[in-house]
Amino acid sequence: MNSKELINYMKSTFGEPMVEVVDLKKYFPVKGVFRTIGYVRAVDGVSFIVPKGKTLGLVGESGCGKTTTGRLILRLIEPTSGHVYFDGKDIFKLKGKKLLEFRRKAQMVFQDPYMSLDPRMTVFDIIMEPIRAHKIKVEDPQKFVVNLLYEVGLNETHLYRYPHEFSGGQRQRIAVARVLALEPEFIVLDEPTSALDVSVQAQILNMLKDLQAKRGLTYLFISHDLGVVRYMSDYIAVMYLGKIVEMGPAEEVFEKPLHPYTKMLFASMPVPDPFEAKKKPKVEVIGEPPSPINPPPGCRFHPRCQYAMDICRKKEPPLVMAEKGHFVACWLYAKK
Amino acid sequence: MRCKDPIIVVKDLYVNFYTYAGVVKAINGVSFEICRGETYCLVGETGCGKSVTSRALTRLIKSPGRIEKGEIYFYPEPGKKIDIMKLSDEEIRKIRGYDIAYIFQDPSASLDPLYTIGYHVAETMAFHGVVQSIKEGIKKAAQVLRLAKMPDPESRVRAFPHELSGGMKQRAVIGMSLANRPKLLIADEPTTALDVTIQAQIMNFLKELKEKENLTLLLITHNMGLVAEMCDTVAVMYAGEIVEEAPVEELFKNPLHPYTRGLMRAVPKHVGKNVTLESIPGTVPNLIFPPPGCRFHPRCPYRFDPCDKKRPPLIEIEKNHKVACWLYAKEGGKR
Ligand SMILES: Nc1ncnc2c1ncn2[C@@H]1O[C@H](COP(=O)(O)OP(=O)(O)OP(=O)(O)O)[C@@H](O)[C@H]1O
Ligand SMILES: Nc1ncnc2c1ncn2[C@@H]1O[C@H](COP(=O)(O)OP(=O)(O)OP(=O)(O)O)[C@@H](O)[C@H]1O
Ligand SMILES: [Mg+2]
Ligand SMILES: [Mg+2]
Repeated sequence: MNSKELINYMKSTFGEPMVEVVDLKKYFPVKGVFRTIGYVRAVDGVSFIVPKGKTLGLVGESGCGKTTTGRLILRLIEPTSGHVYFDGKDIFKLKGKKLLEFRRKAQMVFQDPYMSLDPRMTVFDIIMEPIRAHKIKVEDPQKFVVNLLYEVGLNETHLYRYPHEFSGGQRQRIAVARVLALEPEFIVLDEPTSALDVSVQAQILNMLKDLQAKRGLTYLFISHDLGVVRYMSDYIAVMYLGKIVEMGPAEEVFEKPLHPYTKMLFASMPVPDPFEAKKKPKVEVIGEPPSPINPPPGCRFHPRCQYAMDICRKKEPPLVMAEKGHFVACWLYAKK
Repeated sequence: MRCKDPIIVVKDLYVNFYTYAGVVKAINGVSFEICRGETYCLVGETGCGKSVTSRALTRLIKSPGRIEKGEIYFYPEPGKKIDIMKLSDEEIRKIRGYDIAYIFQDPSASLDPLYTIGYHVAETMAFHGVVQSIKEGIKKAAQVLRLAKMPDPESRVRAFPHELSGGMKQRAVIGMSLANRPKLLIADEPTTALDVTIQAQIMNFLKELKEKENLTLLLITHNMGLVAEMCDTVAVMYAGEIVEEAPVEELFKNPLHPYTRGLMRAVPKHVGKNVTLESIPGTVPNLIFPPPGCRFHPRCPYRFDPCDKKRPPLIEIEKNHKVACWLYAKEGGKR
């Protein structure tokens, strides 16, 4: 299956795409003393779609390329090759007014609520800043900001306070309000709750879900917490070392993971239930993720895979549809 | 007494930090005991006092912090009691890293970039007289690293910290802490900085080690999954106090404290999109001006009369299940 066919299959099973990603690659140069001595293949040929009004959860371990994928989709960085279509338009070809409009419609919320807010600005100015940058006119700025604050569970008493006066969860709410000010259609949420405590995390996740329902937002939800991803997502994509190894409807992938890596990842996740934990088979976790600078030949997972066959060491498995709407890149499922 | 054979007993511990902003009342009358051979967990959210409590066990509290009050007894062997608070600094250093060892969250903080992994292991052994010289220690280091499941330990002895991945660094640190065969291992969020697959490896390894070496483990975490998989007994901390303590299965089946209940319901487990997680409203209090009475009362949906006035005592409701909450205690009951 080439990427065109793949995308068409995804469209027919997942629905109309907000974002369409085709053969996307991003290599970062590794600099030696005199010259470039290699490349980090952070994202190495991924194709997928994010269906309109839905949440695609992107999971995988540290350094597998989740954030880089998110940044590419928002054109915060330029790709090495490949395409991203937003509402059908190739975002890397956008210029001027069209680019500005894309920048308004597609937004990002970061992991660290402590870093992403300017400590010298009041909440009012923080939320108004993108509005001013985009030269958008609002009748009554104060009322406009207060309405947004209500939407994220804050109120007018917070208007003229500074970020340091807020808790982590409240700061993340401010960051979301700021993003909402531009009335985006698509938001990349990059580990939006991993700096927060569980009791606060639930508040933020519920708020994000409510906002999605109310405003019809499309989310790309990046996280390595599988429990959180399952709670948030309609569809899941699993990344390993710059590649998508499995993708499908969330429930299906969680109930019936196909790729050996997905299985290992899920089995490694501790279950918050001592009765189930006792029953759970012990996981054999082999090795550690290798470096993305010199990824193993063939299937990148083969050195850690208990099912590795000859072909896995030589040829890279393509992403294929193993079952309806359930895609996997593994020689156990692909035609050789 | 919960334990027949305790290894650590803590009574009414208070720790304060004297900061410019005011006095942080970080640990506010904490009492517990750990039985020999069990895995005891401290859980709770950021800043609730897990690390400070565990560091206080060997008086590892640095200025501006101070142990205000409290008794701490360590039993290296059954019946042999050591009063930690009465030891000299020199004596406590002999115990720390020997009978009682620590693993911290960030392995890099425990490793000096200028020295090899072998040197680190050798140094801890030499300090406690387990080996006579660093040279002898380096010879034994590979063996110690093998115990910590370090891949290819012979060559890793000569490696510098920056040459190892996060998971391998943590294994080196675990190797160091095991070098002297401690009786009590205190693991403070040992896998928070690592990937889940590596976390699973290290947790499996700690379990194996416990079986083999009759080690007692104090595990600090905020991950309810790890609590469920690793612990025998769990203490839930909130704002510097233990609010509930129970055997792990009992705690998950029958959480009593409103905070524990909230915490359990806030953890996403096997739930898909059409379920709604419950959350605990509000945020963790400031410990310079902690709320009066029960420190959880401003966030508690069940608060009533005594809650903002008097602190509820930690009392045993069922066998080995203790809770500090006025819903279960009679007001005016003995403190
Ligand atoms: N600007 C950059 N220059 C060089 N290498 C980079 C850059 N950004 C990312 N990388 C590398 O690309 C790879 C993928 O990084 P990325 O941040 O996308 O991973 P991630 O999946 O988001 O990880 P995490 O879960 O730790 O956030 C990593 O090996 C990283 O070191
Ligand atoms: N050096 C210090 N100066 C001032 N306050 C401190 C200091 N160290 C700890 N504290 C305070 O003591 C309280 C308990 O901190 P502790 O580190 O034990 O929390 P914790 O439960 O381990 O949290 P975490 O999960 O974030 O590690 C916190 O409120 C913290 O602010
Ligand atoms: Mg990232
Ligand atoms: Mg801590």
